[in-house]
Amino acid sequence: MNLQNIFSELEKQDAELSGRLDTRRDAMKQFRNIGRVLALSAIPLALGSMLKKAYGRTPQDVLGVLNYALTLEYLEAEFYATAITKTSLFPTPAALGAFTTIANHEAAHVALLKSAITGAGGTPVTKPTFDFAGGALNLPTFTDYPTLLTVAQAFEDTGVRAYKGKATVLMENPAVLTVALQIHSVEARHAAHLRYMRRNLASAPQPALKPWITNAENNVAIIQPVYAGEDNDVQAGVTITGIATEVNKAAATEAFDEFLTEDAVLAIAGNFIKK
Amino acid sequence: MPNVHRRTFLKYAGLGAAVITAGSLAACSSEDGGGDITPGTGVSLGSGDFAVLNYAFALEQLEAAFYTQVVATPYTGISDVERIFLTDIRNHEIAHREFFRKALGTNAIPNLTVDFSTIDFTSRDKVLAAAKTFEDLGVAAYNGAGKFITTPNYLVLAGKIVSVEARHAALIRDLISNGSFASDADSNGLDFAKTPQDVFAAAKVYIKTEIDATTLPK
Repeated sequence: MNLQNIFSELEKQDAELSGRLDTRRDAMKQFRNIGRVLALSAIPLALGSMLKKAYGRTPQDVLGVLNYALTLEYLEAEFYATAITKTSLFPTPAALGAFTTIANHEAAHVALLKSAITGAGGTPVTKPTFDFAGGALNLPTFTDYPTLLTVAQAFEDTGVRAYKGKATVLMENPAVLTVALQIHSVEARHAAHLRYMRRNLASAPQPALKPWITNAENNVAIIQPVYAGEDNDVQAGVTITGIATEVNKAAATEAFDEFLTEDAVLAIAGNFIKK
Repeated sequence: MPNVHRRTFLKYAGLGAAVITAGSLAACSSEDGGGDITPGTGVSLGSGDFAVLNYAFALEQLEAAFYTQVVATPYTGISDVERIFLTDIRNHEIAHREFFRKALGTNAIPNLTVDFSTIDFTSRDKVLAAAKTFEDLGVAAYNGAGKFITTPNYLVLAGKIVSVEARHAALIRDLISNGSFASDADSNGLDFAKTPQDVFAAAKVYIKTEIDATTLPK
């Protein structure tokens, strides 16, 4: 992990820092060495401390992204933590096991993001008060198993799109970017599994539902905003449909997940946050 | 490392409680160099973002070739659903491969020659195990390479692809053992991230064409 790059990046943006070469060299040396003794787990925290020492502050936009991510992780973590207490809702031990696995990941993401924000000199946002019935949507989230899976799938697919939408803001900060990417792909694994669970639902199988998103298809109207724009098949000016004989429109849209803007994500998540 | 230094660093970062021994990061340090890639020989990936995109193009070529073979010669006892899923994945990987070919244009590396002689395509277990390796490796590669990308649009594209690779990885893992979709996430709930050197070291057995990866950013 090339953490030194952070300093050269910072230097580019702050000519004053290059005047403090001793400090910088010192910090870089210590930074490299820290890399040798700390597991990856500690990097966001170490990064926060180091940036603060070398630079005095952490770019607010990076902190903003971390707090945005934290808000979504709070939502997911509380959702799964509550769900796994309703053990009788789950038809099989495997289903409860999957939710428990995901619950653990989301709780870990909350802890990691909080420590990264604190380490970077920021203040983690307060956990909102959630309403998993979705307010006016009035969903039987914790009493009806298919609804539980639907809400879970919506949260995960939204999470994937939310992280994807913020990657470029984190470019100046390689260590944080890498961690965000590592969370992002775990959310995608969750989403894939939940879609697979819904596909195989004994009481109401959904044979059209795959682990990947086909066009902007979804069979539950209330979560349709989660899939807005997923039918895009032009990437960087290249039309993917027909790019090879095997690639029809469905495959073209499945092969690329799309990002969502923060406004769109918060509109979805906002249904589950008490005003 | 002498203890006195170690203590200083920990104090500096205020992280005494978080210390765990970790060889893995040392392997990522720039001074440690690459794996088995020979400098200056083989197909050059180019430089800068082109090198990163060619790196992705190489991996997508590998994955597309693998699933093309899987679909052409299905393993014994393949179910209809498995055939549908594996065909979908083949089509996605071909879409990725052809996207990179077009996006790179004249900067694209040539077609690679793959070598799947170590994989028994008649065996469900062997095919799914290889698929798991490829998908987890793909996720790890994109996650590890994201920080090298300097053009925002390319980073967004890598993000659009990596989550699909993660969906593949989850499904393949569930086909092997239901519930194992993300069972190798670490204690922080983080997915794999690997350096290009580590990825090439793992992929080398399947790629006959010699690749010069020394121009990849470090």
